[in-house]
Amino acid sequence: MLTSTLPRREFLKAGGSLVVTFSLAGLLPRAASAADAAKTVALDQVDGFLSIGADGAVTCYSGKVDLGTGVRTALTQIVADELDVPLDKVSVVQGDTSVTPDQGPTYGSLSIQIGGMQIRQAAATARAALVSEAAKRLNLAEDQLATRDGAVVAKGAVDRIAYGEIVGSKSFELKVDPKAPVKDPANYRVVGQSVPRLDIPAKVTGEFTYMQDFVLPGMLHARVVRPAAMRASLVSYDDSAAQQIKGFVRTVREGNFLAVVAETEWAAIKASSALKAEWSKWDGLPDEDKLWEYVRSTKINHSDVLQTVGNTAEAAQAAARKLSATYDFAIHTHGSIGPSCAVARWQDGKLTCWTASQATHLLRRQLALMFGVPQEDVRCIYVDGSGCYGRNGHEDAAADAALIARAMGRPVRVQWTRADEHGWDPKGPPTLIDYRAAIDASGNVVAWESEVFIPDAPKTIQVALVAAELAGSPTDASHPGNIQQSLAIPYTFPNVKATAHRLAETPFRPSWIRTPGRMQNTFGNETFMDEVARAVGADPIDFRVRHLNDPRGVELLQRLAVLAKWQPTRARGPSAGGIVSGRGVAFVKYELVRTYVGAVADVEVDKKTGRIRVTRFAVAHDCGQIINPDGLRNQIEGNVIQTVSRTLIEDLKFDRSTVTSLDWASYPILTFPDVPDVVIDLIDRPREKPWGAGEPTAAVVPAAISNAVFDAIGVRLRSVPFVPEKVLAGMKSA
Amino acid sequence: MKIALNLNDKTSVVEVDDPQMPLLYALRNDLGLHGPRFGCGLGQCGACTVLVDGNAVRSCLLPVGSVGQAKVTTLEGLGSSTHPHPLQKAFIEEQAVQCGYCINGMIMQAKALLDANKHPSDDDIKRALAGNLCRCGTHVRIVRAVKRAAQIA
Repeated sequence: MLTSTLPRREFLKAGGSLVVTFSLAGLLPRAASAADAAKTVALDQVDGFLSIGADGAVTCYSGKVDLGTGVRTALTQIVADELDVPLDKVSVVQGDTSVTPDQGPTYGSLSIQIGGMQIRQAAATARAALVSEAAKRLNLAEDQLATRDGAVVAKGAVDRIAYGEIVGSKSFELKVDPKAPVKDPANYRVVGQSVPRLDIPAKVTGEFTYMQDFVLPGMLHARVVRPAAMRASLVSYDDSAAQQIKGFVRTVREGNFLAVVAETEWAAIKASSALKAEWSKWDGLPDEDKLWEYVRSTKINHSDVLQTVGNTAEAAQAAARKLSATYDFAIHTHGSIGPSCAVARWQDGKLTCWTASQATHLLRRQLALMFGVPQEDVRCIYVDGSGCYGRNGHEDAAADAALIARAMGRPVRVQWTRADEHGWDPKGPPTLIDYRAAIDASGNVVAWESEVFIPDAPKTIQVALVAAELAGSPTDASHPGNIQQSLAIPYTFPNVKATAHRLAETPFRPSWIRTPGRMQNTFGNETFMDEVARAVGADPIDFRVRHLNDPRGVELLQRLAVLAKWQPTRARGPSAGGIVSGRGVAFVKYELVRTYVGAVADVEVDKKTGRIRVTRFAVAHDCGQIINPDGLRNQIEGNVIQTVSRTLIEDLKFDRSTVTSLDWASYPILTFPDVPDVVIDLIDRPREKPWGAGEPTAAVVPAAISNAVFDAIGVRLRSVPFVPEKVLAGMKSA
Repeated sequence: MKIALNLNDKTSVVEVDDPQMPLLYALRNDLGLHGPRFGCGLGQCGACTVLVDGNAVRSCLLPVGSVGQAKVTTLEGLGSSTHPHPLQKAFIEEQAVQCGYCINGMIMQAKALLDANKHPSDDDIKRALAGNLCRCGTHVRIVRAVKRAAQIA
């Protein structure tokens, strides 16, 4: 049983069984009020999401997890407000497959929009039930009752029943009522407020428990020894030198999966370098210098038309002018500062994995498939990790740990190295987009066509586990995420066609990295939009406004223009010492159905060196109802800065055998001296749905920079990253 | 072998197999101090930063056997959530954290800066933190937090 081995600090007994939780600050253990084995994880049950203890403490069970974005705090606000309990009475249990409902992976900026709203509805249902029960006990009509401070109170009287008295530790046994009335937004007390993040005090004092800090008694440490080439086979290995290291336990090999295990982490590290492995030759990667030729010549499995308006071919025939351009966007790694880490333990044929996975329920299915055990025998428990920005190596580390732990019969911790993370996390795939526009004699755009070349997507959204691939265990094909999204445009051109060509191959395991596809597609769309606006002599903001039949989008662009002090006829900045300034705009209505973002980038281009400096970003943002304005600003700032880095610098390097960007020197990211200022206008719409905000802002960043560079020096950058060589080459050919 | 460290104003003894083991592993695994974090093991990211005799040092590269009697300070040595150091307080007040994995390094590097320069400009702060990587993009808040700490210290 869990009790025999688990540290008191992490686990507490709760009603005869155990529920794994972390407190609000991730510090102190707290018992959940429902027993784990008995607790429902049904999405349609109030008990799936909420429990209230006899002391009135509320526990929220969230399938969505906090990846460092503040979701824990935002969910706490939502629950506290909807249930009318103080913030400090609410704790959130995240991503534990035994106790949290499967609300889908934490991706796509859906944690509040979908996850939070399921929880809000469960809380609204619970509140209605509490009022109804209190009405019976107080012998009052429901409309004579209100909820306040964790209790049902009689209006204008002293009668009061605390929730804890009504529910105790019992369950609600109630279906989530989709019609249960949620609070009028005018009555929210903490939703819409900049509640300080609950996890921050512990994170700035070393008191927080990250995945990398998690330990089990009797735990062994392992390091995986990676193949010299990505798909090389292990010919042989010699661990005689490793065996001389004090603390070394043994080598684990399964197919091409090779790992060393030791009693201490340092012994595992030393053993991993002492181990001699011989790998077969493999050089099946494309030539990096010819990456775009490779992408263009890759077999197309099928082509999907994503948007059709009118008939672009006919319209283009009659057009006076035609524009065409090709855009490309490099391969990126997630670049988490803390390499992936996991702890796994097998007991009686059952697997428990502690993981920073953004998708514990999905990981459970993948591990069950890999090891040929029923899903019920696998439990995955989320522990906060280093920011992942998508599907990085966290899940792979979990599979590594599970594979090694099975061989060892003891709990095993696997800590990826920096080279593991850069080299073996799945990658944002290379993206190539062709554009064509046709303009009539009066300067009207009569046709817009786009064709994106992206990896094909299997049925299910998941990324193959690298340990399963190396060991030859069952695993599913890798899915790149919904990277066709946001190729369709929001503009009212009379003829539009957007097509995604799905490729049979891509160089690396593809996965989603923040704003997957939407970033690449919006880069192409919004930069080509600038090309078209320039071609017809229009101001780029005015041009967008004229082609939007969408008051919310128009309002956003107008507020952006005010925020950025946009000057339609602004003369290009003077050249001072060869440094020229410029500004550019970009806009997105995310996936055409949600969050609106517009941005103006200010840049300085050094004409001698070709170096671009982004000095300032102005962002207007409308995601509907805002739960936590400061948390939202923090996310927007992060989106901007991370994407400035990806746009200016980042480009995964590889040879024919493997990734060669294996550290921060060979894959640099933006550092403090080059970070822009970020100014933000938040458009709050408390009566609208809260849409996602974790990634939409990133979508507009590359195009805004490209357009600003064109404004500065007249060079059109169509290839991310915008490294100095490309700027200089553009100036040469201009 | 036993190694005595002058750590956070106390003597802490660790039993290690190899004096070449970086200080980081002694702090994290033997002494349970999770402030310093493993990020690269290459001295490139700064997540493992500690103060050694007041200097910001990458503990992932410093052999534990070479520390001697130098005074080692970790994030835990600055303060706690109940009694935060002015820098920690400033990071909380500015909400200068996203995932927080890099923050140990930011605070320790900033401590070394503020000890040498009581009133740094934004550019001073950016230069001082140039070797510390943050992937979440919390930089603008981190600069504000360091500035605030300089004001309240």
